[in-house]
Amino acid sequence: MRVALIGQPNCGKSTLFNQVAGYKADTGNFPGTTVTFTESSVKVIGETIDLVDLPGTYSLTASNLAEKEVIRYLSSNHVDVILNLVDASHLVQGLDLTLELLELGKPLVVGMNMMDEAARMGITIDGPHLQQILGVPVLPLIASKGRGIKQLFTTVLDAGSNGKVVNRIPYKNQQVEGIILELSKNLQDLNLDWNREALAIRLLEDGSELLNDSESEHQELKEEVEIYIRQVTEQQGKTPGWVFSEERHFLAQELTKQVMTRGEERVTWQTRADDILLHPFWGYVILLGILWAFFQAVYLTGSAIEGPLISLFDGLIANLGKYTGVGSFLTDILTGILQGIAGGVAIVLPYLMPFLLGMGFLEDVGYLPRLAFLMDSLMQKMGLHGKAIVPFILGYGCNVPAVMATRTLEDRRDRFLAATLSVMVPCAARIAVIFGLVAFYLGSKIALLIYIFNIIVIALTGRILSWRILKKSPGLILEVPPYRMPTLRTMLNKTWFRAKEFVIEAWPILIAGSIFLELANRYNFAGFLNLLARPFTWVLGLPSAVGVPLIFGVLRKELSMIMLRQALNVTDISQALTPEQMITFTIFVVFYIPCLATLAALRKELNTRDMLIIAALTVVVAMATALVGRGLVILLTPLGILF
Amino acid sequence: MKLLNVDDNIQVEIISCKGGRGISSKLRQLGFMPGDRITVIQRAPFNGPLLVEANGRTVALGRGVAGKIEVKACV
Repeated sequence: MRVALIGQPNCGKSTLFNQVAGYKADTGNFPGTTVTFTESSVKVIGETIDLVDLPGTYSLTASNLAEKEVIRYLSSNHVDVILNLVDASHLVQGLDLTLELLELGKPLVVGMNMMDEAARMGITIDGPHLQQILGVPVLPLIASKGRGIKQLFTTVLDAGSNGKVVNRIPYKNQQVEGIILELSKNLQDLNLDWNREALAIRLLEDGSELLNDSESEHQELKEEVEIYIRQVTEQQGKTPGWVFSEERHFLAQELTKQVMTRGEERVTWQTRADDILLHPFWGYVILLGILWAFFQAVYLTGSAIEGPLISLFDGLIANLGKYTGVGSFLTDILTGILQGIAGGVAIVLPYLMPFLLGMGFLEDVGYLPRLAFLMDSLMQKMGLHGKAIVPFILGYGCNVPAVMATRTLEDRRDRFLAATLSVMVPCAARIAVIFGLVAFYLGSKIALLIYIFNIIVIALTGRILSWRILKKSPGLILEVPPYRMPTLRTMLNKTWFRAKEFVIEAWPILIAGSIFLELANRYNFAGFLNLLARPFTWVLGLPSAVGVPLIFGVLRKELSMIMLRQALNVTDISQALTPEQMITFTIFVVFYIPCLATLAALRKELNTRDMLIIAALTVVVAMATALVGRGLVILLTPLGILF
Repeated sequence: MKLLNVDDNIQVEIISCKGGRGISSKLRQLGFMPGDRITVIQRAPFNGPLLVEANGRTVALGRGVAGKIEVKACV
């Protein structure tokens, strides 16, 4: 049995999905966290079902790519039951979508989620009454606390095995109803797995686009649809899309009046917080404070762990020769393995874990959309609107989801620009370089300066690129969800979910890379690779030995840092690189060519040509900024400001 | 009167939402329909977006978008 989980953005679909399927979907208190489908076989109450977590959608009208995917999925695959989650605290809008889903004529179950939040807002909902009007099961749910889940899925299984078809609620507007019925009669012979009235509504609303997907032979039908669309538009003075959603919205409001009572809202910190956090002045002060605290927390935790662990491993490596013979093949291999393990456990994880934990907290508590609100005018200056902050913020975790998140931007130009800029955001992997090298040897102030420098460069690049592609961005429309206190369990799950990617995928590559480097040094072919990178390293004033770490950095950005110690053949990097060189190296690593996984994501979301353009652009930006950085260090060092 | 020019914390009623297909359908989906009552509750500085409350939901709208929403005073 296949169950499609659908609901409006930020209504808790992924939370429910994770509750039943284990932590498999990335969640966040931010509309549009899920942009791809996650299908999972789950066992509930002794039955195995295929549960599909769809991206959140406000309605079935396709206004962006993520929403198009939902429609395509619901119309192509065979879905047995639609499980519609509704945020009880936003009943009217939730019912807009529910009414639209009713029109699909498939077995439908409604889960009324966030009952706790609704109760806090003084809202009570008469579930049985709503169930009676809609003609489909309506069940209360608090997905985040796991309440009501068993009951919900029992009902879903029932609905799936009955296969009881539901009926839509007719619109109040008789003229429009007439046209829908007329068109649906003409659709009878069509070979599509759709309810006819539903199809008629969809065709009138989205135009004949739906038919394009099936076969091209429906030319006659397409013309017919266009005639009906014109008829509705002339009669009602607006397009069918508007007429239908107004009808549904009207129905939803009527229903809400019947089943919902609004009592006294309990004033909590959530309701007052925005007065300060979004304040035109204090909002920004707090924003800087939060980012500063976050940064310090990552630095202090990480450096406290890095130092001792590194000396421990260095001690091990130094003594290795005693047991396996100095300079023997076995010693080299073991050194490589130990270097790789040390890199992961001592340099990457100490910074990555607190970073992901803090990031997860900000996400779940709902601060990120506020950040979009506060930063919108800056983003406008970069040629984008505030919604593009989503890929940026995600980019600090990993550039891959950042590039994928550009899908929620409606405009192709916005997508290209946002993707280009978000691959320049220093991801968690590059944290290893910024913190492990710069902060560790030169202090957290310099590391912070590198972050600020990075933001300025991204802003300038955005500015320059949007000059070239002149067209004003349409502007921000973004839902700002209520604050939610995340549970420790979801935060730990989320951190582990994201860190797992490093442990499982990147760490083996790090170890293999370290072994390779040991062998390359042993058999003297590192020199050849260094020679390839020499034009770059020479211009930047870096030792030629950093060529190999830079080349390997394209595989995984952490490699640049971890292989550096080995390549320079020192345990203390400050013996081999001057502060100026460390900064130049770090700036170059932050900007140059995105890692392989990000390149693949770029190719998938845009195309091969754009991917190559972006990669080339990042090299140019990396060279230019590294040189500027080098110049700044040379200029500022005598003044004693930096060190 | 445009939403852009409405004072903070005063409830107004939507008359119409203009703008391209993308913007108008997005607004419609978020529940900005003619007849709905909305309130501007906060404004970001430097020509930043407006924070608008509509049907218990909070939405950030860029100035460009807010300039396309026609409203009138509530009776």
